Amino acid sequence: MRIVCPFCGERELGEFTYLGDAKPQRPAAGADAVYDYVYLRDNVAGVMSEHWYHGGGCRAWLKVTRNTLTHEISAVEPAAGAGAAKVGA
Amino acid sequence: MRGNQANRLNDGGLIDRSAPLNFRFDGKAFSGFEGDTLASALVANGVKLVGRSFKYHRPRGILTAGSEEPNALVELRSGARREPNTKATTAELYEGLEAASQNRWPSLNFDVMSVNQLFAPIFVAGFYYKTFMWPAKFWEAIYEPAIRRAAGLGRAAGLSDPDHYDKVWAHCDVVIAGSGPAGLAAALAAGRSGARVILCEEDFVLGGRLLADGGTIDGLSAAEWVARTVAELEALPDVRIMTRTTLFGVYDGGTYGAIERVNDHLPAPPEHQVRQRLWRIVAKRCVVAAGAIERPIVFAGNDTPGVMMASAMRSYINRYAATPARRIALFTNNEDGWRTAETAIAAGLQVAAVIDARPDVSPAHRSLASKGGFPVLHGSVSGVDGGKSGVRKISVSLTGGARAEVEADGLAVSGGWNPAVGLTSYHRGRPKWRDDIAAFVPDGAPPGMVAAGAANGAFGLGACLREGFEAGATAARDAGRSGNTGSMPVADDAAFSLTPLWHVAGKGKAFVDQQHDVTASDVELAQREGFQSVEHLKRYTTLGMATDQGKTSNVAGLAIMAAVSGKSIPETGTTIYRPPYVPVAIGAFAGHHRDENFHATRLTPSHHWAAEQGAIFVDTGLWKRAQWYPRAGEKDWLESVTREVKAVRSGVGFCDVSTLGKIDVHGPDAGAFLDRVYINAFSSLAVGKARYGLMLREDGIVYDDGTTSRLAEDHYFLTTTTAKAGLVMQHLEFCRQVLFPELDVQLTSVSDQWAQFSIAGPKTRDLLKEIVDPAEDLSNEGFPFMGAREVKLRGGLKARLFRISFSGEMAFEISVPARYGEAMARNLMIAGKPFGVTPYGTEALGVMRIEKGHVAGPELNGTTTAADLGLGKMMSTKKDFIGRVMAGREALTALNRQVVVGIKPTDKARRLRSGAHIIPKGETPGPDNDQGYVTSVCFSPVLDQWIGLGLVERGRERIGEIVRAHDPLRGEDYDVELCNSVFYDPDGGRQRG
Repeated sequence: MRIVCPFCGERELGEFTYLGDAKPQRPAAGADAVYDYVYLRDNVAGVMSEHWYHGGGCRAWLKVTRNTLTHEISAVEPAAGAGAAKVGA
Repeated sequence: MRGNQANRLNDGGLIDRSAPLNFRFDGKAFSGFEGDTLASALVANGVKLVGRSFKYHRPRGILTAGSEEPNALVELRSGARREPNTKATTAELYEGLEAASQNRWPSLNFDVMSVNQLFAPIFVAGFYYKTFMWPAKFWEAIYEPAIRRAAGLGRAAGLSDPDHYDKVWAHCDVVIAGSGPAGLAAALAAGRSGARVILCEEDFVLGGRLLADGGTIDGLSAAEWVARTVAELEALPDVRIMTRTTLFGVYDGGTYGAIERVNDHLPAPPEHQVRQRLWRIVAKRCVVAAGAIERPIVFAGNDTPGVMMASAMRSYINRYAATPARRIALFTNNEDGWRTAETAIAAGLQVAAVIDARPDVSPAHRSLASKGGFPVLHGSVSGVDGGKSGVRKISVSLTGGARAEVEADGLAVSGGWNPAVGLTSYHRGRPKWRDDIAAFVPDGAPPGMVAAGAANGAFGLGACLREGFEAGATAARDAGRSGNTGSMPVADDAAFSLTPLWHVAGKGKAFVDQQHDVTASDVELAQREGFQSVEHLKRYTTLGMATDQGKTSNVAGLAIMAAVSGKSIPETGTTIYRPPYVPVAIGAFAGHHRDENFHATRLTPSHHWAAEQGAIFVDTGLWKRAQWYPRAGEKDWLESVTREVKAVRSGVGFCDVSTLGKIDVHGPDAGAFLDRVYINAFSSLAVGKARYGLMLREDGIVYDDGTTSRLAEDHYFLTTTTAKAGLVMQHLEFCRQVLFPELDVQLTSVSDQWAQFSIAGPKTRDLLKEIVDPAEDLSNEGFPFMGAREVKLRGGLKARLFRISFSGEMAFEISVPARYGEAMARNLMIAGKPFGVTPYGTEALGVMRIEKGHVAGPELNGTTTAADLGLGKMMSTKKDFIGRVMAGREALTALNRQVVVGIKPTDKARRLRSGAHIIPKGETPGPDNDQGYVTSVCFSPVLDQWIGLGLVERGRERIGEIVRAHDPLRGEDYDVELCNSVFYDPDGGRQRG
């Protein structure tokens, strides 16, 4: 598999580390909400938004839109805080 | 020199008669020529029997002339280079080649295990499952070893592979698999368009079937056309032609795997050269021109040596000028098979008869028969009379019911052609059935890939050229190359008429899968026993599961299955195709990553100095760390380690701790960021101070620990454990970029930038004064416990100094730029000489941390909470942090959790072992009474006995209780006392002083 890193260009899978579903947002509080966030994951057969880490490159966390059936990657965008600039600055 | 090559034609073929080669097969000397394969050389020498079969030990000969070969598997080479299951049909002949037949004892001609044939009725499908059922314990001890001895293939060398393998990447516009007419035409069109092309050919000569079947292209002979085309391709700047290279797999994102047999055609690779090279090719487009595989017809005795695929027979005669038989019979169900009769006559061989299963034979072939003086029999071969010396007589069931017999010493068989649908199906693609050619053809392909020519079911020469050329042109255009493709090569298309025939009923074993000895009746039996799905059929009978992956057998197996279940072949379907297309050595996948290069090796900045000191190194992750420094006269590690500990506790010692992960945290929000990732507060840490921090996972379990120092208002310096250095960096980047992007903070990994030494012991300050600039105040007031700041060293170098202690002694850690690390170690030795400075290793480091009750890897084991480690009070209640909510879960706060506690044997002389389980006194050891285990142990020089830490249920409430340490692994059981985990200087006076 090959991922086009927005900072480094097209790179090979071995440079990246997979984390998982990028959809759940970390809740500020609430035991149930945090439990859901930590443990409950959709097992999507199809298009999914995922977190990948470009540890073998620029160390950016990426949001990769990938079809889990075909491995087709339709979009790659940097995480909100990736890169040197502060969000909103 | 012709030597003993009695079956070699006087002229013709792509062999170099001026380059004779000697080789040995089963110890017997033979000769062949440059350009031969081992199989063609054996054919030329009249060797028909080349192996014994897998299960029944039946005599087997050469069936094919390519990588689909199921029978002619040999052990090639000897000693450490002995390679089992090598196909004689693809192994190139070289001077001095040694090969041995497989699966026979004591010899190929007289094989004791061939009595298996007499017991054949019990070796039916699933016989392992049915026969060796009881008693269960006999399986491992008796049944399996016996079966493995009897049934098997070649023997592995059992020695370390002496050769090197390479792994490389390549990038191109168009990669092409196969250099037959379709592949060459594709390369022409793509190459002329200006595309970067890689053409992979499995064989060592380009041309594919053109090498055996010839033909006329653009008015030239096939050989002339191939030569002209290759010359044009070689002149193109961006076309790379790779022979001896099989494209074996397709992976996501247009990545292809190819194995290049760089030096397999030589006795051994030349010095400094690799044997094989694994290519990972990234291509925008791929043209699969991998051709088709001729398929056998299943009939009784179809495995007799001398029965050969019709196309293979043409290969041996035309390409290698070697005649597999003198009097050949041909059994075909299609037009193409007749070419073998033409070839045989042209080579001056006798044709005994053509047995054609079709109702009609073309007039041209009728006149060929009358000219050649051989009969055309309408019907099927129903049996073969012959044994290990080969085919003698062939029984024919004539259409209408009569029988006939044909005397011949060779039988060519053609059941039609199966397109090589592997590559196009490797992404779970299912090929589709085409009735007109009675074969599966690709039905779509992975993105960017297209099949052309015979691989796509186009069997005519003209069609192959056309499809290949168009596929090459389209691929180049899709890749953005639009140069002029020039004119397309043109040839006539031969007619292809076929009447499907899979299996001829008859007496005797009729083999579907010759490599795994699966017969037609095994397939029928499996179907009767309810194995209706092809995937079940495959696994129950092992059809297609041998090293050839059923290239000559799968479709016939499906067809027989379909016939007995009353379904059509497309309804029956195929099994899933999986790479690799041909076996690929594990060594090639490993490449240079073996032995000491299995992974990268990281050396600490003081490594070379430590090696000079005679340090014993231990692997910790990728690092080599000094474990202890033995001195002359010390009898074992324990004596050395004990000396090092005593030297630190009474004087001064130092240890390279550069392996700790080090991260610079910068920015106005650095403190706020650390507050969120650690359970304790760091925004409140004063500049110039260090603090121990504990990090949780989001699920509330402890993740990592380490000290973090505040070097400036907006600059923290964070350390991690050695093991988690990379992972913590990844985790913190996740927190920064994904969870808390609003914080203005940046992280920089500086693990490799700083060499860090721990200097510990009551004389630490004396030593440091020799190192640090006299203007720096190192007094307890000027540099108190947990102080951290930049200092100037004597000579002007800037360093970071941290007054932190892992050993429990008065201690500092000093950081210098990594390039000064070795000099620092040498300097400490010189400056410390008056104080008896002692370098110590990780073992002494571990002893002192256990004596102090500090937790480390064995306690931070992925199941423990902060409270389990005795650090629950560090958890801030004033802020949110990663893991806070989940750490409050009922099970993680339960009162009966196993918590860290000190452990010492009641018998002071006894050695404590980690891993021993803690059982209450008077209870029977077992899961119900298991209260925890010993996590870390050491011999404590201070207490003069073995001590340890453990995770024990309610351990801290049970201080003073005597329990059992039960160690079934070592057969030990002894009493231990639960005690305070801080064995040494519990009030911490020494480190503060």
